[in-house]
Amino acid sequence: MAYKITVRDLNLFYRDLQALTNINLDIEEKRVTALIGPSGCGKSTFLRTLNRMNDLIEGVRVEGQVLLDGQDLYGPEVDVVALRKRVGMVFQRPNPFPMTVYDNVAYGPRIHGQKDRRVLDEIVEKSLKSAALWDEVKDRLHKTALGLSGGQQQRLCIARLLAVEPEVLLMDEPTSALDPISTLKVEELIRELKNNYTIVIVTHNMQQAARVSDSTAFFLNGELIEFGDTELIFTSPRDKRTEDYITGRFG
Amino acid sequence: MATRQSFDKALAELQQDVLRMASVVEKSIYNAVKSLATQDPVLAGEVIEGDDVVDEQRYQIEDKIIKIIATQQPMAKDLRILITGIRIVMSLERMADHSVDIARVTMCLADQKLIKPLVGITAMAKLAQQMVKDGLDAYVHNDPDKAREMCQADDEVDHIYHQTFKHLVAYMKRDPSTIGQATYLLFVARFLERIADHATNIGEAVVYQATGERLELN
Repeated sequence: MAYKITVRDLNLFYRDLQALTNINLDIEEKRVTALIGPSGCGKSTFLRTLNRMNDLIEGVRVEGQVLLDGQDLYGPEVDVVALRKRVGMVFQRPNPFPMTVYDNVAYGPRIHGQKDRRVLDEIVEKSLKSAALWDEVKDRLHKTALGLSGGQQQRLCIARLLAVEPEVLLMDEPTSALDPISTLKVEELIRELKNNYTIVIVTHNMQQAARVSDSTAFFLNGELIEFGDTELIFTSPRDKRTEDYITGRFG
Repeated sequence: MATRQSFDKALAELQQDVLRMASVVEKSIYNAVKSLATQDPVLAGEVIEGDDVVDEQRYQIEDKIIKIIATQQPMAKDLRILITGIRIVMSLERMADHSVDIARVTMCLADQKLIKPLVGITAMAKLAQQMVKDGLDAYVHNDPDKAREMCQADDEVDHIYHQTFKHLVAYMKRDPSTIGQATYLLFVARFLERIADHATNIGEAVVYQATGERLELN
């Protein structure tokens, strides 16, 4: 099994506060890895170390290694903008730009220098199809994206990511603001996307982690407590703390 | 504040329900063999009629488990407890069916003189009943070691079954007029051997509940 991302002895500090402690984790290529744990356990912080989103927060210090295809993301020569193109992110609340559906998806390629209208048309169509949104928006490509439903907006955000041809998709509670049907659609999409992308998803919805992921990592107080096949984690976890969390008997 | 109190209460109740069903099934096995040994068709009739109670208990317990799964989204150990519950009540229900099979033989043989004392069959019945008791004990205490230990008795049951089989075949060869009754008794030995197998299944289910491991114990 090929590892897309390898994390070695990762420690993260917000000034004096240690948020992640000695994380070691291998993320498999073209698989879905779920990160679970109670609020404040460090799972979102960990997710953001994978494309250096924490750099934007003042006072953050990272030690250890995060290797993407063997290359250290925190090395001095890394171009962070290029990195975030390879490792894209979907957030909790859909955040489409206040522009048309088309322009949302074409935004990334344009930024990266693509001006050819025909090429952009192709990218937009392909990305919307990959995000399972094309059929629902093909007749309203040039209307504002803010008129779409929450679930559609979230899939648009995914299409916007796909347009710049990333390799890894990071999802931070991508369905927590969606209704159940939209949630299931996004989950179906995640299962589709893993054929072509490596996906890491943070979720508070245990059933969602069980449904969509191949591997699951349980975080607690900034430490990785248990990591393994999702099926095993949810039927026979080895660590008592994992058991207590996933069976809802925490604290 | 403790979370999931009502869920924990439902799981505890489930265990009590399974134990109640098990005690009915144990009694059914005991009475079935007793009815045969004492040639008591009235007792056999009670065993046969009692099977409806067991079926009803099985469905009630299954319904409770289905409801818990549907409403509580159990995970990990909780999920294993519920799956084990389903497996145990299925095994118990099959044991009760075999008790009925034995009671039916009692009905058929009620007015015949037995060709031999039921030594092997009585011994198998005792062992099988003990296995059921020990299996449920392991279940209550969630004790995988006890479950594994209990399953070893199955070898002894199999051994007596093969001995009994040989003896009965010898009877039939010696005196063809015994073929009818000896065949019925062969069936009884077979039913008891199956009951012990189902007890072993309970042991395996308990090991799964306690550890998540899957074992073939017979």
